[in-house]
Amino acid sequence: MTARTRVDGWAKVTGAARYAADHRLDNLAHAVLVTSTVPAGRIAELDVTEAERAPGALAVITHRNAPRLSPAGDFYVQTVLPLQDDLIRYEGEPVAVVVADRLERAGEAAALVRVTYETAPATVELDDALPDAYRLGAYFEPITSSVGDVAAGLERADVVVERTYTTAARHHSTMEPSATLAEWRDGMLTLYDATQGVFNVRDAVCAALDLPADRVRVIAEYVGGGFGCKGFVWPHQLIAPMAARTVGGAVKLVLTRAQTFTSHGYQPPTRQTVTLGAARDGRLTAIRHTSVNSTSTYADHLEMAAICSRAMYACPAIETDHLLAPVSTVLPTPMRAPSDGPGMVALESAMDELAYELDIDPVELRLRNYAERDPTKGRPFSSKALRACYAEGARRFGWADRPMRPGALRDGNDLVGWGMASATMATFAAPASARVSIDADGRVLVEAGSQEIGTGTRTVLCQLAAEALGCPPERVTIRLGDTTLPPTGMTAGSSTTMSVGSAVQLAARSLRTKLASMALAEGDAPAELARLDGDALVVEGAPRTPLRELIGDDPVGAEASWSPSTADVSMHTFGAVFAEVRIDADLCLPRVSRLVGVYSAGRIVNPLTARSQMIGGMTWGIGQALLERSPVDRRLGRFVNKNLAGYLVPVNADVPELDASFVDEHDEHAGTVGGRGIGELGAVGVGPAIANAVFHATGTRIRGLPIAPETLLRGDGDGRD
Amino acid sequence: MRVRLRVNGAERQVDVEPRVTLLDALREVIGLTGTKKGCDRGECGACTVHVNGRRIDACMTLAVMHEGDEITTIEGLDHPVQRAFLEHDAFQCGFCTPGQLMSAAACLAEGHTGSDAEIREWMSGNTCRCAAYPHIVAAVREVAGRA
Ligand code: FES
Ligand code: FES
Repeated sequence: MTARTRVDGWAKVTGAARYAADHRLDNLAHAVLVTSTVPAGRIAELDVTEAERAPGALAVITHRNAPRLSPAGDFYVQTVLPLQDDLIRYEGEPVAVVVADRLERAGEAAALVRVTYETAPATVELDDALPDAYRLGAYFEPITSSVGDVAAGLERADVVVERTYTTAARHHSTMEPSATLAEWRDGMLTLYDATQGVFNVRDAVCAALDLPADRVRVIAEYVGGGFGCKGFVWPHQLIAPMAARTVGGAVKLVLTRAQTFTSHGYQPPTRQTVTLGAARDGRLTAIRHTSVNSTSTYADHLEMAAICSRAMYACPAIETDHLLAPVSTVLPTPMRAPSDGPGMVALESAMDELAYELDIDPVELRLRNYAERDPTKGRPFSSKALRACYAEGARRFGWADRPMRPGALRDGNDLVGWGMASATMATFAAPASARVSIDADGRVLVEAGSQEIGTGTRTVLCQLAAEALGCPPERVTIRLGDTTLPPTGMTAGSSTTMSVGSAVQLAARSLRTKLASMALAEGDAPAELARLDGDALVVEGAPRTPLRELIGDDPVGAEASWSPSTADVSMHTFGAVFAEVRIDADLCLPRVSRLVGVYSAGRIVNPLTARSQMIGGMTWGIGQALLERSPVDRRLGRFVNKNLAGYLVPVNADVPELDASFVDEHDEHAGTVGGRGIGELGAVGVGPAIANAVFHATGTRIRGLPIAPETLLRGDGDGRD
Repeated sequence: MRVRLRVNGAERQVDVEPRVTLLDALREVIGLTGTKKGCDRGECGACTVHVNGRRIDACMTLAVMHEGDEITTIEGLDHPVQRAFLEHDAFQCGFCTPGQLMSAAACLAEGHTGSDAEIREWMSGNTCRCAAYPHIVAAVREVAGRA
């Protein structure tokens, strides 16, 4: 298909796009959270008298006077309801919310809430919690898996590599801090929310506040990035409506940047052990991959880091296992790219180590273990063009010229290294519905509840609707992000284009059928017969009909739903990533100088926005490899760098020209669209490719990300804090 | 306190406490919400505006310090780099974009566009978590006439 600029692009370059905190409501009051400063214990003293007397203060809500909430349902993964008791489970847990007429006054009043704590001993560091690790009963995929006989496979192997890798705690750090505006009027609650799932928020708020679904409306017209932290529902999204109801009006609650580090999850650190057995020729005889990640003390989030090993390589014996270790920080949550993102760091680093043990080129080793079918599920892949990705990536990068020996590419004072890794991401899809309607002038309106969080959803849906209707995209308007629109899933798991896109195309198709039947004046004419031509309908076997003659004052519309089929295939996206790093020999400062990613994801609807998705993801990989980590302090029991000066995300000068491309492919199992999701894939594989390049540059194997200059200076090969 | 600002060419009298930042005055008092608050601490550049033609972080300065100053926000920007951003897809979610554009327009005016490396350096005060960086560089490069 064709590259198209974003349909909402002009709104974004003129400042007209309105994000949650930009909505202006009558008599809008401001809410500021007061959060715990200790990781565990209980509130000893709580004095709100000064806060209540502060100028402009309208309400101070604490566990003492907060309305009682009911359990908020499945999307409220946090489980613990805010402001309901005096217990503290993590630093940053809300202990009060202060509402005042102006923002600065709310901030001042919040500072006047006096809280002291009875602190309980707390474990905040994953390594300290490992003795308490446990295995969950069930998750969205089985916790453990086993095919073949791994012990026998390792016995038979000529070479065995067994290594432990670590990935760091990381934070989503969307540029838009989460914000909820709640307006309580005439018994109706309207929320303008920074969310990846308006329906999740509605359901959780209805459950918590005991309101029927038709009394709560959630709107998310523009969302300033999500990456996972705005997917599930978190305390501030219940606190804002609670505050609005208490003051009987409109309340705006925007998290401070520091609060975003403790308010809606984070990517948990992992400790992973990968054991690979291989014959001399490189063929794998056994894979064992186990992972443990931190979770909270009160709810579970499992990072399924080892699932990548279930599908990645052809191997007769594969075992995977996942454990959780509880710490007193906020509950972790999915973050771009969950599971496969941290998991492939371990698997692809181990494959590189194996390549060196065997003295086989890293690309060649992967080709010798290429999986034609899913080795654990035994099913074929829906579509997979990974061989082409390796070949094209190697060609674009110039991999053929790579000397195998580490340290061979020095350039002046720079140690230069070339590394590669595979990428894969499990494909998710969710039931979705959409409505497509057309008016007498041929203007098309597409409506779906789904959110635009920056992924290009509005633009891609516009193209898919136009394609299905046979009209120019300029005629199509998209309405999203509202619970009054047809229900869809959340914008997560790279699922939207396939899921909502298919629903839109089915609705468009049924609209064509409707129009054809109207033109032919007979029931159920096939959709294929009808085609739009400007403001007229062309139907085979009938004269060209102006839409005016078919459609009156009210537009004609059709609604459709789509659900993922249970087809017997395994669905993943794939890719091959090649990285060049340059490391200043004296400063040990690693820099990425070149990055090539070639991807297999089925059909690409919009090459322009798809490229943005991939370069965005690749940059996340640079962050994972070299910059991002949220260390906890054992004494303070909290994340120590809760700001964008301490938590390093890549900036413009960290990112070289990025070479991202797709192989030509159509996946007939991927809905009516033919394409699998790409939102997360780009963030997979880059981390290990860079780590492997660092090894190639220095001869030092770093088994913990991120690779900071101090790790390289120490040269101890362990990136943990 | 009353302070007189010229915002996007129009005279504005605002009544703010001395502790109110220029950013909060623009967003919460004047109602120009195109300028974004990403951190409120000078770390992200989402709040970049022009004051008397220079780019600054509006969260790092108080409104009352700008009596008589000429303030330009994204709502008042009319610059070819906006179209270049659109065409190069130099954003995804768009939240950092007003700040990026104010910075880009200033970067071009400053002449810090001699090479891609120079653009990257002088645009590094504006964080984009969607990481549209290469496209931002392409857009600025094009307007600088080096495309
Ligand atoms: S909001 Fe001003 S620099 Fe981030
Ligand atoms: S476009 Fe989303 S942060 Fe820059």
